Formats: sequence, C-alpha cells, structure tokens
Amino acid sequence: MARRVAIAGTLAVMVLFAVTVFVAKRGFPAFRSTTVAKPAPATTPSPVPAPPGRKIKARLFYVSQDGVGLTSVERDVAYGDAADDQAREIIAAQIAPAVEPLVSAVPPGTTLRAVFITKSGDAYVDLSREARSAHPGGTLNELLTVYTIVNALTANLPAVTAVQLLIDGKEVDTLSGHVDLRRPLVKNLAWVQ
Amino acid sequence: MNARPHSYVPVAATAAFLIALAAALSSQTAPSPALSLLSRDGRRTLPIAPVADQEFVALDDLAAAFQLTVREESLGAVTVSYKGKTIVLTPDQALASVAGRLVSLPAPPSRNGRRWLVPVEFISRALSLIYDVRLDLRKPSHLLVIGDLRVPRIAVRYDPLGPAGRLTIDATPRATATVTQEAEHLTIKFDADALDVPNPPLAAPGSPGLILGVRNVDATTLAVDLGPRFAGFRAASQPVDTTTRLVIDLVVAQTDTPAGVPTTSAPPPQPPPSDLPPSFGQPVSAFRTIAIDPGHGGEDEGVKSADGVKEKDLTLAVARRVKGVIEARLGLRVLLTRDDDRSVPVDERTSVANNNKADLFVSLHVNGSMRPATSGASIYIAAFDRDAAQASAGGGERVPTFGGGAREIELVPWDLAQTRHLDQSSAFADVLQQALHDRVPLTAKPVDRAPLRVLESANMPAILIELGYLTNPEQAKLLAGDAFQNAVVQALFDAIVKFRDSLPGGGTH
Repeated sequence: MARRVAIAGTLAVMVLFAVTVFVAKRGFPAFRSTTVAKPAPATTPSPVPAPPGRKIKARLFYVSQDGVGLTSVERDVAYGDAADDQAREIIAAQIAPAVEPLVSAVPPGTTLRAVFITKSGDAYVDLSREARSAHPGGTLNELLTVYTIVNALTANLPAVTAVQLLIDGKEVDTLSGHVDLRRPLVKNLAWVQ
Repeated sequence: MNARPHSYVPVAATAAFLIALAAALSSQTAPSPALSLLSRDGRRTLPIAPVADQEFVALDDLAAAFQLTVREESLGAVTVSYKGKTIVLTPDQALASVAGRLVSLPAPPSRNGRRWLVPVEFISRALSLIYDVRLDLRKPSHLLVIGDLRVPRIAVRYDPLGPAGRLTIDATPRATATVTQEAEHLTIKFDADALDVPNPPLAAPGSPGLILGVRNVDATTLAVDLGPRFAGFRAASQPVDTTTRLVIDLVVAQTDTPAGVPTTSAPPPQPPPSDLPPSFGQPVSAFRTIAIDPGHGGEDEGVKSADGVKEKDLTLAVARRVKGVIEARLGLRVLLTRDDDRSVPVDERTSVANNNKADLFVSLHVNGSMRPATSGASIYIAAFDRDAAQASAGGGERVPTFGGGAREIELVPWDLAQTRHLDQSSAFADVLQQALHDRVPLTAKPVDRAPLRVLESANMPAILIELGYLTNPEQAKLLAGDAFQNAVVQALFDAIVKFRDSLPGGGTH
C-alpha cells in the first residue's frame, strides 16, 4: 500500500513538473490567443504598440541636390499595425530633422499632431503651426514641402490615394500663399528626380 | 530796344496786383491756424503763432488750459509748474529741464511783448512728462488729444478700377466702421470718440459720375456723395498692423443693360486711350485689359534675401514698370491687384481680373529654395487634381428670361474657372518662356504645372512667373537691379504682343 502511494506521488510530482515547464515555456495558450485575435479599430490609435524592432522599408523625400525637386531615399520606418499607425510612423520619420547631406523641405520645428485616413483613401495629416509660421516662402519651397508629405504617404501606402494637410487641426488655404491646400492632393512623382 | 524799359511798367503793375489779390484771397480762405484740444469735456482751440518755420503757442494760453503756474525767475528763466513738478525754460536755448531731465525743443522760447511763446512740441516733449493725463499731439492735423480718447487718424484714398472704383479708408489706431447707404450718399460711422481727418477727407475723387466727394458729417462720421453712375457697393474691413483698413468697392450702373436684368454682362466699353488715334472703321482689338498681380504685400512679405530684399517689394516694383510700359506703348488697360504695400486676399486678386473681364492674368512672384545655389526664372500654370475638369464641365442651368421662356447659362465654380483656359495659359507660358530665354536665366524646366491658389479662379489665360531666387545671394542682387527688371518687363511686353497677335482674328474683332 505504501509502495502504491509512493508511486502515485512520484507520478503526480512528474506531471506537475511537466505542466510547469510547458507553461513556463509557452504561456497559457487560451489567454494568448484571445489577445491576438482582438482587432484594432480602423481610425483610432492601436493600444498595442508595434513590437519593438519591427520595421518596414519606406521611401522618404528630401530636397534634391539642384534644389528644384525632390529625391527619394529608402529608410527603415517602425511598423504600424493599422494603416493610420503606419501613416503616423511614416510622417514622423519624414518630418524628423534630416541628417546631412539630406535637406528637408519641411520647416524645422514642425511636429505631427494627428493622421487619419478615410474609407475613400483620403489621408488628413495634421501638422503643427510651425509648418506655416517657419515656412521660408516661395512657390517652389511650398510645392516641395507639400509634395514631401503627399508623396510620403501615397508612395508608401496603397490605401492612401490623396492627402490633405491641416494646420493645428484646421483646414488652411495655403502654407505661404501659393499651393492650394483646400482639397486633398494626389501623388505627384513629377517633382521627384 | 527803346521800348523794353517801358514794357516793365505794366508787367510790374500786373504782378503787384496779382500778389495783392493772392494775399487778399489767402487771408480770406486760410484762417489763422489753431490747435484743437480734444478731451472728454469737448473741443477747444488754442491760437498758434507761426514764427519763421515754427509754430508757437503762448505759455499763458497753455497755463489757462492745463492749470499751470508760469513764473519768470530773476535770472531770466521761466518756470512752468504743475502739481509740484516743474519745467525750467531758458531764453535763447532750445532746451527744457523737465523735473531735472533735459529735453530738446525745435526752437528756443520766444518773447512777444509780455507773453512767452513756446514751440508746440513743448506740449509733447515737456508738458506731457509732468502732466497726469495723456497728451497726444498730432502736429500735422493741429490736434491735441487729452486723455484716453479713441481718435483714429483717417486716410482716404480713391482708386479707379476700370469703370468702377474703390475707396480705401485706413483708421489708425484700429477702429471699426459701419457703412450704410442713405439716398445719394454712403454713411461711414466709426466706433470712436472723434476722428483725426483732413477736411475734405478726399481731395480729388478722380472719377466723375461715380463719387462726387467725401465729407465730414460729424465727429465720428464721414459721408461719400454718390454720382449717377453708382449702382451699389461692397464693403469689407481687415486689420493691417495697427490699422483697420476699410475697402469699399463701388459698382457702376450697367447702362447698356435693361433694368432688372442681373448685372452679369460685360462692363461698359472703355474709351480708347487718348494718345491713340481714333479707330473709326478699324477693327477693335478684343485684347484690351491685362491684370498684373504683384505677389504678397503688407504683413505677408514673401521670400526675403539675406540682405533683406523682400519679395513683396520686388513684385510691386516690376508690376509698376510693366503697367507703365504696356499702357504707354500698347494702349492696353493694365490693372494692378495692389498698387501699394498692403495685404490682399487671394480671392480679391482674382476678383480684380474677373470683375474687369481682363484678357490675361499675370501673377508676379520671386522664388525661394532650401538650396542657396538654386537660380533661374520659371513660369507656372494651374494644375487641377482629380475630378476638377469634370466639375467645371458641370453643364448649364436654365434660367427664365424677360417675356417668358428660358435660356441656358453656363455655370462654372469660381475655384475651377481656370480649367477652361488652360490651353491658352499654356500657350502664353510658352511665348513668355521664349521671350525670357535670351534675357534672364531660366531654370532647367522653365514651364511647370502646379495647383496654385491664385491661378485656379482666374477666368482668363493666367500664369504665375517666378522671376528668380532671392535665396541665391548673387541672383538676389540681380533681381533688385534696374537691368534685370527692365529685361523682365521687355520680355513680358514682347510675349503679350505675340500672344495678342496669335489670338483668333489677330486679337481683333
């Protein structure tokens, strides 16, 4: 009888050990699967940040060497789960201060307030007021600033067909008096050399 | 030879008579100047005594008006005291000691019999420092504002805009105004305590039949007397620096349109320029009016060079040259969307061209680049995204006509008016590029398309020309020079002539 109890106890200890090791290595399978299956809303920021280190390749745009157009550069940009998240990551990378010898057409100090994408493929990029107040002026400068942002989204995200710039959450006529910003603008790679 | 000395007698007599007459007239029409003192209690005047080129006021008059104590000291100095604070004046010295601090005066105090006279600047430079209420001396208008009254300076200007006209009324510091029409005049009532305004406010209207004059009605009201050609007005105001600018566009009566018909037809034909021969029996050019738009203006300076050259100044300088040359040599009417340093909304720029049925719209700008080496002129025509062309071809609408029936009219959205003229705009851009080619440096791609706000609403061939880059130090110097600006003007002149001659019928009908 005592021998039976000893064998049963040994078996119980072994089973418990095996289960502990499995859980320690893989986690609770049922709990993990519900987390993954939870879909993110289409137009709100995902509460789950992108896994650190996961990147996508994106074309970013800078002022060309001769100053009269844009040149594109492929860069690693943080991965975003939803299209809005990805758009936000691309614009954040695009408006970050350029590292020499690159020159950005986006005025220094400009920050991203929000990005949202409609079902019809229009993206609204809300920039801080510096995009206007720090803009140096000139038709060409303004065209390059606008198409830097427009192309950064339309060239990298198939879901985006046109982009409208907002400043401080509001629609604006122009940045510095030239380019009509009252409507979404479609991709224009004619400015890219 | 003998007759010459005798001929002086009647000439001298005539001259003496004319001088005497002029003196008599001036004594009748020009009252002796006085300084108006404006306070909450009302308006008083203080006599002004002109001495040489200076205007003086008597110290005892000031003492009575401001409760000052004036005393002659034993050493010849004069002291002026107010509530324990003292100003010391010394004869023959253009200085005053104000509570121990020296201030300069434009002239020393002067004695006239028993009275002491001081320059009117004594009020602003010395008295205001010891007085306990604000004293604001407006010397050009002989006005002294006492206390915190709102007394804006009013400047009235009239600009003819083709057959129509525009009144621009600046109020500084800012004061809003309401404009109402009463019978045969417009009443402009300012939200102020009084106005600092010349009399009459507008010296020469320059547009017979549209406005007859502008006059002061009361302390805060002006009136614009209207002529028989006046048909309506549109008023808008906006702040410009410390000024409120009120713009009143005066619309003329459409004499060739039956009463009751909406006034959408062409403005009355312009008389031919007086320096051109009459065109009886000759074909009349259909190409008559050009709108030149000097980019930016006012607070919107546009691009600035490292040396401080501003885009808004260059565009205005070139626009004025273009206007002078085209009007003098081609006899065409040239409208400027602005003729001074002021901010003009984009839609207002296009309105000048559209409302005057201009045959060509040229917007002048100067470019900027993030790369200092970028240089060259370029020409832009409008570009429209997506469904713009479809929207502009939205078709017509049937409207009722007099006597029954209906007719179809075309409807084009304001923002898309340019879509119907893109071919002609492109043609003019090409002609202008050729004209510029041998005269000024061009960019590698001199003609381009872009969604430019100022071109989209233009209901005629329209281009925007960037003359060069102010961000390029060498080109900035070039742009500010006469040689470059004249080259641009000549190129525009040649291009306009070529474009006009290329139109169907050679620009005539």
